Amino acid sequence: MSEVPDGLRYTEEHEYVRETEADGEVVVGITDFAQEELGDVVFVELPREGDSFDRMEPFGTIEAVKAVSELYTPVSGEVIEANGGLEDRPELVNEEPYGDGWMIRLRLDDPSELEGLMNADEYREHIGEG
Amino acid sequence: MSFVPHSEADRREMLRSIGVGDVDDLFDDIPAELRIDGELDLPSALSEWEAYRETGRLADENESLTSFAGAGIYDHHVPSAVDHLIRRSEFYTAYTPYQAEVSQGTLQAIYEFQTMVCELTGMEVANASLYDGPTAAGEAALMARSVTRRDGVVAAGSLHPHYRKVIETYLAGMGDELDTVPAAEGGTVDPARVADAVDEDTACVVLQYPNFFGLLEEVEEVAEAVHDAGALLVVAADPVALALLRSPGDAGADVVVAEGQPFGNPQSFGGPVVGLFASLEDHIRDMPGRIAATTEDEDGRRGYVLTLQTREQQIRRERATSNICTNQGLNALAATIYLSLVGRDGLRQVAETSFQNAHYARDRLEETDGVRLLHPDAPVVREFAVATDEASGSILERAAGEGLLAGVSLSRFPGLEAPDGLLLAFTEKRTRAEIDRLVDVIAG
Repeated sequence: MSEVPDGLRYTEEHEYVRETEADGEVVVGITDFAQEELGDVVFVELPREGDSFDRMEPFGTIEAVKAVSELYTPVSGEVIEANGGLEDRPELVNEEPYGDGWMIRLRLDDPSELEGLMNADEYREHIGEG
Repeated sequence: MSFVPHSEADRREMLRSIGVGDVDDLFDDIPAELRIDGELDLPSALSEWEAYRETGRLADENESLTSFAGAGIYDHHVPSAVDHLIRRSEFYTAYTPYQAEVSQGTLQAIYEFQTMVCELTGMEVANASLYDGPTAAGEAALMARSVTRRDGVVAAGSLHPHYRKVIETYLAGMGDELDTVPAAEGGTVDPARVADAVDEDTACVVLQYPNFFGLLEEVEEVAEAVHDAGALLVVAADPVALALLRSPGDAGADVVVAEGQPFGNPQSFGGPVVGLFASLEDHIRDMPGRIAATTEDEDGRRGYVLTLQTREQQIRRERATSNICTNQGLNALAATIYLSLVGRDGLRQVAETSFQNAHYARDRLEETDGVRLLHPDAPVVREFAVATDEASGSILERAAGEGLLAGVSLSRFPGLEAPDGLLLAFTEKRTRAEIDRLVDVIAG
């Protein structure tokens, strides 16, 4: 069973959104299920600070031994920070997808977009582990 | 015996399978008046022997001249071992011999090639080669745009006009134009004018070293001006001259490209050639082309693979860093073998002898009536321009009659801010006697 923490929001493309203490700021990464499916991650290409993305626009690329996939922003917003730690240690995505393997911190354009995403139960259902 | 792979029956079968009645129907999209009606106007077929005789007759019409032409393609000695080795069947083969399982030799040769390109240019990573120097410069401009996320590309006015055209073509596809910093009176660009020409929209400046006229630019000063604006410096180098010069990387270049033909590839009639492309490691994800790298197999032995292929069209076509998904394998191999044969000292000797020949010619032409050194005060390595009172075309014609290719006419390059004259190049192959004949012919 993959780990699907309660309290996070999820997309069908297997990204998660975690709300932070700062109002209107969220952290985005890929789920435990996604990292297992991808296998060993060898490179993560992330956007730069200040880049803006619309909802479900590709914001980067994740390269694993088996495949390369696009990363999609679950919600519209501006990148406040990209996880520079992944440059040297992309394997963090495998090891701690919800922790040090996070990808970008976004300032939301429209917090109500969060409502459109799945909750943990719905995501478990989505990956057939409900 | 037929060499056509598909029989009439095969063709009928294929047409039936796609629901088309006739091959001609496949060309319906081309208006009838643009199509050739009937047979092509070709002579009748020849027997193998007749074809040999005809191609031999055509080949005999080629004139073999002693070459003082350069402008990017030079007449250096190619040791006969180069030809013997590249024609080995393990190397002399088709387009993409890159599967690591069966191509360790090819991949190792590419890896050695990249290493030598890095050492020469003072860069940290090199790719497996591109088509030629000018397209390498065009790719470098696109790469700088991608790295800096800026659009502006600025070329030194002393850049080879053909390089300029190729970069312009690359940019035209994106609706952009190439800006220019004109060369100063002395034939090189003034770093202060470069500083004025770059701003927060500039992705890169392209500088040639030595430049089109054979002159040494102030790379370090230009690099400072470029970096102050947050842009990259792309240097297009003469790789032979680099054996004598401080490397562009050491002087501050971010990307170095070059025409690699002088290494082991004949001057011929201008090709085939091979583009060298090297960069600082920071930009490797935006670098075009293929890269061979080392790895270890499961027993810990060294092996070679292609790496970072996601940047390529091959895997992510719509988001690739460039459309270049190949290299000039055989020409790059020739360059690798050449550099291995001559070695560090040998290449230096080649460059030094070329330098001495150029300076001997320069001294003699300075004393010649009707000829004037275009840039008498600038340091040159192995190529320089002279203005001539007589039309350069007429000198070239007279020289050809004497068995000499007396350089490249400056009037071939419209837009070049130079009087009529000749661009003269010298290699280690030229003798004093040949240079004396050149001077005599130019003098009339």
